[in-house]
Amino acid sequence: MKKFDKDKLIIGAAGPVLALVSSFVLTMLVLLATGLDPIEPIRLMIENAGYSDIQVLIVNQTGIYYLAALGVALGFRMNLFNIGVDGQYRLAAMVSAVVGASVELPGPLHILLIVLVAMLTGAFWAGIAGILKTSRGVSEVVSTIMLNAIATSLIAWLILPKNLGVQPAGSNDLTTGKIAESGWFPGIDMGQGNGEIYGFTFVALALGVVYWFALNRTRFGFDLRATGESESAAQASGVDAKKMILTSMLLSGALAGLSGMPTLLGDTHTYSLSFPVGVGFTAITIALLGRNNPVGVLFAALLFAFLDKASSSLDVEGYPKEITQIMQGIIVIAVVVSYELVRRYGTRRQQQKVGEELAAGGALKTDKEVSA
Amino acid sequence: MGIASAALALSATACGKNSSDSGSGSSDSKATKAAIAYDIGGRGDQSFNDAAYAGLKKAEDELKVKGAEAEPSAGEGDADKVQRLTSLARAGNNPVIGVGFAYAPAIEKVAKQFPKTTFGIIDDTSVTGENIANLVFNEEQGSYLAGVAAAKASKTGTVGFIGGVEVPLIKKFEAGYVQGVKDTNPKAKVLTQYLTQPPNFDGFAKPDLGKAAAQGQLDKGADVVYAAAGLAGSGAIEAASKAGKWSIGVDSDQYNQAGLKAYKDSILTSVTKDVSDSVFNLIKSVQDGKPQTGEIRYGLATDGVGLADSNPKYKAMTDLIAAVDKAKKDIVDGKITVKTAP
Repeated sequence: MKKFDKDKLIIGAAGPVLALVSSFVLTMLVLLATGLDPIEPIRLMIENAGYSDIQVLIVNQTGIYYLAALGVALGFRMNLFNIGVDGQYRLAAMVSAVVGASVELPGPLHILLIVLVAMLTGAFWAGIAGILKTSRGVSEVVSTIMLNAIATSLIAWLILPKNLGVQPAGSNDLTTGKIAESGWFPGIDMGQGNGEIYGFTFVALALGVVYWFALNRTRFGFDLRATGESESAAQASGVDAKKMILTSMLLSGALAGLSGMPTLLGDTHTYSLSFPVGVGFTAITIALLGRNNPVGVLFAALLFAFLDKASSSLDVEGYPKEITQIMQGIIVIAVVVSYELVRRYGTRRQQQKVGEELAAGGALKTDKEVSA
Repeated sequence: MGIASAALALSATACGKNSSDSGSGSSDSKATKAAIAYDIGGRGDQSFNDAAYAGLKKAEDELKVKGAEAEPSAGEGDADKVQRLTSLARAGNNPVIGVGFAYAPAIEKVAKQFPKTTFGIIDDTSVTGENIANLVFNEEQGSYLAGVAAAKASKTGTVGFIGGVEVPLIKKFEAGYVQGVKDTNPKAKVLTQYLTQPPNFDGFAKPDLGKAAAQGQLDKGADVVYAAAGLAGSGAIEAASKAGKWSIGVDSDQYNQAGLKAYKDSILTSVTKDVSDSVFNLIKSVQDGKPQTGEIRYGLATDGVGLADSNPKYKAMTDLIAAVDKAKKDIVDGKITVKTAP
């Protein structure tokens, strides 16, 4: 049993490593093809990551990506592809910002209210896709993409000054008004010019532990993983698959809703036209790269945050910072390809081993299928 | 998993230096250094950011200023902008100019930390300070003149307005244009369309969107189309040209733009917005030791906005030009007040 675990670990790690290596190599080839030094940008990025103000940005971004990616990963474990994380994140941030700006409560209560509203909004938006799937069989892939577009229009309408938005005097931006200071999540000041680490980053890390516990140590987690592996088999063993689909969609949406909180509670204190977007899409790649495992996803989130933030000053040095987008794009493709390669290799190896054992007249061991 | 990321995690905690500490901190050297931080899209957007760059370039050539530029990353937040402006200011750049209203919250924070550095922000007056220069434009006034020209040039009495992204800034263009059309020909019809809604900024970037929207308006009988849509506007110009109708450009004199050479005959005029001069003037004021501060407004009166007249066909329309000149005079004299919101 122990020996097999080691194999499983190597095979599990081989996928991401293969994807990362190939994306780095391909990116260097792109740099070479455009006549640029392929090593220097990477060196600059690593140098940048040594500076404390960049480190603060990386840590904060990691928390944001981590929450969103946990939302995606939860869906993946259930065999649900929630592409709507970005819409859920934006709508939740917007609605919770409106609620947060309209009330004034004592500190912890104010924050709690904003967080709850964000979770409920995210869950509600994802829940629409969940209900469509369970009652009408609509693929969540299609419905969540469409809900992203609807969220965009809905937010654009809600944020108009005649509805819920505010246009500060002299500004061309639209905001939802400033949340009172009681609704600011305290952060850790890293010194003058270095910025603050958002307090919510630690909530994100704690939720990683909760995610691991809920999935691996509870009845609910077992049901969820079982339904993800085989809906019919789970149903046969008494799991209500429809209920599981809806529940996991709601939870996935709630996590997506939380991913806007570090920025909202720790930095902007308002939702505006310049609120960061695209978090939910990056999170899909991060969840894939991290193999939906809470620790793997954390490292993947850290890597993507590093790529984002350490590259931000590359253009000042004369290198296109878009290389990190190329790198991230290649990771998406490479990760899918390498997982399939590794899976096939794993299956073949397993078959081989069983064959050998049979030929040697050993007892037939029943190994479970190698899976994510 | 992720040996690479583990290594990164290690190096990320290795030392406590700040990204600006290593910068060539020659803030007291005589040569002025100026920096601009771009808005979404960055350099090469053929519009707003390029205009700002043109101003920096001019300052490099004429004032021997050393220019620095920095671009935003996709999906970044205020914290990234604060970091960018801080490192530009620490490196001794003065002035540091944020291109676009998105920089307002960041400039508010950073300007306090560098009281001796002048910060410029384009399109925003919501943040103020002794060392902040708010460079703003009366886009609605230029657009009003475009409305007058469109109403005069139109034979069908239907004209079109295409806005890139539905944000307050572009609504200023719409408001002025519609008012100009209606004041000139009360019976005229204005078709209005926005390409995308925030946070989807494709409406400033994708010419195919502008082309499809213009096609739709042309089909509905519009014979002049005004597109305030950055790069996407070039699609509208193309569609109008192919249909043999007029288009009106925006930001810079698009008649003279190399990329639009094939369609230039049908570009009636362009509403210019002199972002490059505003950048140049701010840099010059800092070099002269009298840095601009507070609201610096560029309107029709100072030719900060206006209508281009490079197209010979436009120059030949004396009736139209007379109407535009009269409208311009009335706005400058205060007889006409142009609305800033539709």
